[in-house]
Amino acid sequence: MTGGLSHDWRRARAIAWKDLTSERRSKAGFNSVVALAVTILVMFGFALGPDAQAIRDAAPGAIWLAVLFAGVLAFNRSYQVELDGGALEQLILYPGSRRAIFAGKLLANFAFVSLMLVVVVAVGVILFQVHIPAAWPALLGILFLGAVGLVTLGTFYAAMASRSRAREVLLPLLLFPMLVPVLLAAMEATKGLLGGDAMGDAGNWARLLIAFDVVFFVATFLAFESVIEV
Amino acid sequence: MGEAHLIASGRRPGYDPGAKDGPVHVRQNPTFSFAKRRINTVHAIASSAQTPVIDARGVARRFGASWVLRGVTLQASAGETVGLLGVNGSGKSTLLRILSTLIKPHAGSATVCGYDVARDPEEVRSCVGYLGHTPGLYDDLTARENLQFAAAMFGTDAREIDRILERVTLSGAADQRVRGFSSGMQRRLAIARLMLVRPRVLLLDEPYSNLDTAGIALMNSLISEWAKSGVASLVVLHELAPAAGILDRTVTIVEGRIASEENLSAAQAPSLVVIR
Repeated sequence: MTGGLSHDWRRARAIAWKDLTSERRSKAGFNSVVALAVTILVMFGFALGPDAQAIRDAAPGAIWLAVLFAGVLAFNRSYQVELDGGALEQLILYPGSRRAIFAGKLLANFAFVSLMLVVVVAVGVILFQVHIPAAWPALLGILFLGAVGLVTLGTFYAAMASRSRAREVLLPLLLFPMLVPVLLAAMEATKGLLGGDAMGDAGNWARLLIAFDVVFFVATFLAFESVIEV
Repeated sequence: MGEAHLIASGRRPGYDPGAKDGPVHVRQNPTFSFAKRRINTVHAIASSAQTPVIDARGVARRFGASWVLRGVTLQASAGETVGLLGVNGSGKSTLLRILSTLIKPHAGSATVCGYDVARDPEEVRSCVGYLGHTPGLYDDLTARENLQFAAAMFGTDAREIDRILERVTLSGAADQRVRGFSSGMQRRLAIARLMLVRPRVLLLDEPYSNLDTAGIALMNSLISEWAKSGVASLVVLHELAPAAGILDRTVTIVEGRIASEENLSAAQAPSLVVIR
């Protein structure tokens, strides 16, 4: 019944479908996460004052920090759904590799964070008076790579923290230090592209971001089985 | 079927089954020790009535410094239904969780369907059906969607879902979200999820909780049908009455040890009084 890769892929898709359907119906997670992200952006806007250039310079940092804080809520919630009805036990008892659970959660969280990113970037562009650069496809690529790194580590550490009663406190403690290289690379690459990339730094940061994504993706995928043990 | 017996010959640092409350009725087995585990994984599928599909030997488990299971040895063969009795905290559910691969034993070993629960958990999971304390359902999905999800996870045929929902009398609520279900309805849906698979071993943790008399009758008829088709069942019970007539054997666990075992027949089993 285990059925190998094709079965694991089907299981991963089933988990992603289940998470996204639950979220679409309850809307509790998305609404609170987006509200937090927008609030952070607005607060940044007020804190930076009326200096248009200062606001524009701070935009990449503000956007990625808003995504980070809101993302933590989303990652915690993705396992809270399993813990509420005691479903986590059942989930890890289904036949097949437990990596399918990680893959499914990754897919769902990536879709969720991507949607949040669309809202945050749209609000950020308006609030911070950011000019969309000519190289906007490259900017989309950076947003994608940053989201991959954030979601990979967030999903992994949320699974680890889900076993603890203090998971809401534990997750940021575990996640934030590990996310520093990803966020730094994503922020610098975004800053470079929004500023016209006069020094050509965006490409270097993007390559670094790809390297972090690959390393973190492989490492978390391999380690997930031991993390989800009861 | 060999009788269940307790082996407490092994010792690990910090593990002393008799330390707290003195010796219990223990049958020593000199051939086995925790230090020398000699359980060979049987890769051939066990199908004969003589070969145990559940084979736990000296299983022990602690939580922190407290030993909850203190060396339980228990076998069950195909088609056998065994009731696990005991008060709260006696270790019944912990034994089931070890056999289902949810947690690992700290001493001893166990095989299910011929596979070692610690070394081959994926193989064990593919032959076990587990019903825990909580139904493990998703509140924002409908009853049908919960079963569709389970079918996708088990890799089984989702076309059976309508028939199964009818069997557990949830056809009328098939497209309602589980959030609005009563505890009994949630339990029935969890039972329906078990019917999606054809497990060789059933591990049922207090399966009668929250069930009305019709639900208890449904549970019993399913366990009987599964037993006839060769499924071995371990059923955790607080009281014997709901499972009257379906158990082949009862094993009583007291403070992590098997205290007694009794073979039952239909004539000996207490009758279930249904109050309408």
